[in-house]
Amino acid sequence: MLKRAGAMRHAKLMPWAKGLGTLFLMAFLSSCGQDYLQSTINPVTDYGEAIHKLYVQIFWWTMLILAVVWALMAYILIRFREKPGQERPKPVHGHVGLEIAWTLVPALIVVAIVIPTIRTIFEIQRPPEGDVLVVEVTGKRYWWSFHFPELGVTTANELHLPVGRPVSLRLESGDVIHSFWVPQLGGKRDVNPVVSVPEGREPKRNWMHITIREKGVFWGQCAEFCGEAHSLMGIRVVAQDEEEFQDWVETWRTPAPTANAPADAEPASPGTPAASADPARPDTGEVGEVREGGIAHAAIDAYEEDPLVARGREVFFRESYCVLCHAIEGTQAAGIIGPNLTRFGSRLTLGAGMLPNTDENLIAWIADPRGVKPGAQMPGAQYTVTYEGQTFPPLNLNDEQIRALAAYLSSMR
Amino acid sequence: MSAAAITAHAPSHPHGEATGIWSWITTVDHKRIGIMYFLTSFFFFFVGGLEALLIRIQLMRPENAFISAETYSQMFTMHGTTMVFLVAMPMAVAFFNYLVPLQIGARDVAFPRLNALSFWVFLFGGLYLNSSFLFGAAPNTSWVGYANLTSLQFTPGRNVEFWIIGLSILGASSILGGVNFITTIINLRAPGMKLMRMPLFTWMTLVTSFLLITALPVIAVALILLGFDRFFGANFFEVTAGGDPILWQHLFWLFGHPEVYILILPAFGIISDVIPTFSKKPLFGYPVVVYAGILIGFIGWGVWSHHMFTVGLGPIADSFFVASTMIIAIPTGIKIFNWLATMWGGSLRFPTPMLFAVGLVAVFTVGGLSGVMHASAPVDLQQHDSYFVVAHFHYVLVGGAMMGLFSGIYFWFPKVTGRMMNETIGKWHFWTTLVGFNLTFFPMHFAGLFGMPRRTWTYLEALNLETWNQLSTVGAFIFGASSLLLMWNLFHSVRKGEKASPNPWGAGTLEWALPSPPRHYNFAALPRVRSREPLWDEEERKEVEAVTMAEPDREPLMPSPSFWPVVLAFGLALTWILLMTHIWWMPLLGLAVTAVAVFGWAFQPAFR
Amino acid sequence: MAHAAAVAPDDHHYTSTGLSSWKVGFWAFIGSECLFFATLISTYLVYKGRSITGPYPEEILDIPLTTISTFVLLMSSLAMVLALDGVQRGSRKLALIWLGTVILLGATFLGFQVYEFNHFVHEGLTIGTNVFGSSFFVLTGFHGAHVAVGLIWLLTLWILAFRNKLPATDSLKVEIAGLYWHFVDVVWIVIFTLVYLIQ
Repeated sequence: MLKRAGAMRHAKLMPWAKGLGTLFLMAFLSSCGQDYLQSTINPVTDYGEAIHKLYVQIFWWTMLILAVVWALMAYILIRFREKPGQERPKPVHGHVGLEIAWTLVPALIVVAIVIPTIRTIFEIQRPPEGDVLVVEVTGKRYWWSFHFPELGVTTANELHLPVGRPVSLRLESGDVIHSFWVPQLGGKRDVNPVVSVPEGREPKRNWMHITIREKGVFWGQCAEFCGEAHSLMGIRVVAQDEEEFQDWVETWRTPAPTANAPADAEPASPGTPAASADPARPDTGEVGEVREGGIAHAAIDAYEEDPLVARGREVFFRESYCVLCHAIEGTQAAGIIGPNLTRFGSRLTLGAGMLPNTDENLIAWIADPRGVKPGAQMPGAQYTVTYEGQTFPPLNLNDEQIRALAAYLSSMR
Repeated sequence: MSAAAITAHAPSHPHGEATGIWSWITTVDHKRIGIMYFLTSFFFFFVGGLEALLIRIQLMRPENAFISAETYSQMFTMHGTTMVFLVAMPMAVAFFNYLVPLQIGARDVAFPRLNALSFWVFLFGGLYLNSSFLFGAAPNTSWVGYANLTSLQFTPGRNVEFWIIGLSILGASSILGGVNFITTIINLRAPGMKLMRMPLFTWMTLVTSFLLITALPVIAVALILLGFDRFFGANFFEVTAGGDPILWQHLFWLFGHPEVYILILPAFGIISDVIPTFSKKPLFGYPVVVYAGILIGFIGWGVWSHHMFTVGLGPIADSFFVASTMIIAIPTGIKIFNWLATMWGGSLRFPTPMLFAVGLVAVFTVGGLSGVMHASAPVDLQQHDSYFVVAHFHYVLVGGAMMGLFSGIYFWFPKVTGRMMNETIGKWHFWTTLVGFNLTFFPMHFAGLFGMPRRTWTYLEALNLETWNQLSTVGAFIFGASSLLLMWNLFHSVRKGEKASPNPWGAGTLEWALPSPPRHYNFAALPRVRSREPLWDEEERKEVEAVTMAEPDREPLMPSPSFWPVVLAFGLALTWILLMTHIWWMPLLGLAVTAVAVFGWAFQPAFR
Repeated sequence: MAHAAAVAPDDHHYTSTGLSSWKVGFWAFIGSECLFFATLISTYLVYKGRSITGPYPEEILDIPLTTISTFVLLMSSLAMVLALDGVQRGSRKLALIWLGTVILLGATFLGFQVYEFNHFVHEGLTIGTNVFGSSFFVLTGFHGAHVAVGLIWLLTLWILAFRNKLPATDSLKVEIAGLYWHFVDVVWIVIFTLVYLIQ
């Protein structure tokens, strides 16, 4: 008697357990108001919205099916539990009508899901028309390079984009497979190494087409396991209105006042504006005369510079080998192995989205990149790094040099 | 093979079976092999579980450093590899081994020594794979091992080598097992045991076995290609030479998707036997459930690139795989409705096996539905490689496959040991599993929805993912504790469990017409079968039990034990392992042992 | 009621289909081997025409020579059929002649393969040269390994026949070896067609 009661109790508990679970679900869903910086259900682009719309549709279909199945189960578990003295139930071997029904209905639901799905697939993969801004995204272990071919701008980890304009991201890896995922922009796309092809054929690359609808800073990270620091390969997308974006471009093109030592100002190459002559406005480049072939020197006159910054510049160019990997536009640093450091001071984060870009963090980073980001490929004070077939010896910088370097980099906003 | 060659030597053990460790090492008895598979896979379940707990502790807090990033990579790689290849698959094989001959009325499998070989190869492969920890070089490139991360250039060291060689060894075991069970099921059914009268569990074993022999060769080749790249400088995944890392993904998932059906169909088979028993009604729509299983097996070959929606295959390929994947949802749904219809109008009892079976239906539905979401390629662009998909596959693999296997453990334990498992502990086990499992994996849907990628060592605090992760970690420990309950129940019941009758559940299929445990030869004489549930028809039951329960005047001659399987397994494993020395002639030593074992085996009569 | 036992304890030959379990099992194994070679062949086809540097197939593959070796292998299959027939008839003489022929022809085929591999290496094509080298050597190499295993198997049968230990009642052994040998031959036909003939 007790045993049967126990069995009944267990059967009865099941529907309650499921009911509770559903309540749980609803409670969780209501927490959607929280600030989820990498939320997939808060899109800001046409691409993201097309995906989200489809997701919501399918979500409700699945909830319907779940409700039906669970409701049926709950009913069955209560209604048909064994009763004392009950006769053995009549064997029922099947029912053609039912079998057809529960094949056909799911099939119809499948069709209802597949049609908008395929439509959306083609919609989001269609290249946009009009004035498209192309960005060449290169994923490397463990950072991102962003190059704007039409603008001649190269930056790293922080991608500035204009709102309202179609943008096409061309994705390519410099080593293993990565995946570019900024959830608020939309779904992810793998970043594959470019496979060499015989002459006459086009190598294949992935594209992501987006038009951003609102300003903001959007967080993302690599989504294909790529090694030790995979979880630390972040992305920041800074969506700005067209004017702000153009300002950002111009600023990038203009060497920061502290980028070069006054006497060592890098000859401006033809077509680029001269360095700003106005120390009062270090962030904006003044478009100077366009030269044709001749050499122009930045006219920086009596400009009071922080001696630590000057010291840092000294360390950067002469006391270490930073220029082997890094580039700063308008200076002699033209390394392409590591992130481009032009206007580094204005970046929100360092280490590919890992830490806020503060002096303290920057010092810690330069002193010991792997202490901050295990697996980082930047040589540290104590260890060598082999990257892309080359071996880089320890940086061997002391505290004073590191502080100076940090000051130098921060000064270039 | 010279069959009934009863030689001049008297059989060494004319009555019953030998005992002692040598008798287990040389056994060719499917029941003993089944038990060994079970104990080994159960052990690996705790190894994989420990790896999971270490992962969960690391993820409990943002920006945590409980274990290093490198160790973490090894943890999630080995957790996945262990659970798939060393737990879920071999535990299902344990059930295939023990039950299929009993369910179809056979004295053993078609190739008993081959059966033993499969076990020993599995054991050596599993031990070898885990020995990598001793060298601090456990595989660390995830259970899918994508090229070109796995190339010598990007992951130098032994880790990937251990993975390639370990999996190659394990694959051989699976293929040989598949061959054995196909032959057994096709060729050794008792008279009257037509294919459409076989228990559903045996049917799913047959479909799974076909999947094993066709899918495992594909990953074998993939591993060969990767191995040749690493060991001999080939260019299969070398982009500068025109090699394409995406080829790896195609080959892996051509194996990988049938693999997930290999993982789930046995569990579906188990509950298709359990649910009718505790509903006192036959399975509703038996032929449809069989055909649905076969259809799933076939269509499962056509869906592989739904794991590759983010790769950039193009809209046409993406659309094709969306369609094929959605189509496969239909036969899966059919099975669920058939199980429900079986219970409808039945007289339901809920001992532990039934709790797990019903639990599977409830929980697998959730996993199946998140799978439907993934099947829509654009939606999958957000969900792929996030914790959302981690939630999905744990719902179908733990909530589906593992719960099915747990159901089978409680169901058939009385048959295997002659004792009942403890019902109270069983119910505690079930409820703590249900709570722990859901608490672990349900929050992962949210973590994924809110942008947490998978295979991540840590996450930034600002992402607000901490609460979801903490819930999962708590749930994981509850789930771990529930597994300890199972271990306790098993060990306690084996010694002190209530004695079991031959058919304590009132089930209908042939294995329940034998004593618990069955005699070592199973059936002295083979009964004639006339229906799907021979024991549910009074007349047929009497007829069958008269044959199956009777004491024979002389025992049938059974295949003799043999040590060649364990030697050959050792030789095969050695050959592969010696590749790691990078000395060209070393594997030849392994081949020599293999050759000796092959000849020894071939010239040893099966019956002595 | 008549005794319900359908199969007595002594009967070890009972099968539900009337087929030998060895045959059923071996066909299942051949199934897995089909997938194995299909995957290798697919890999070759995927990389066809995608080598960045030479030597390229059209420069280096010797069709006339390989046609001869293919013919040799085909003839070995014919000899295999005759060998099986010889064993089934209980003729030790025929068994030795035809099994011996299979072995000789098979070894000749392997000899051609070894020559070809050597020649290619001298011409600058190795497994690491380009994707053609990788996929060609792995595909044909594994096929050659299968031939080699077959030869050892056949040699064992030949020795058994030589010692009068291969009676007609044991013809199943030869039949299964034949199954394997024919399979290896069919795989070669496919390779020959897709790698050598269609370029």
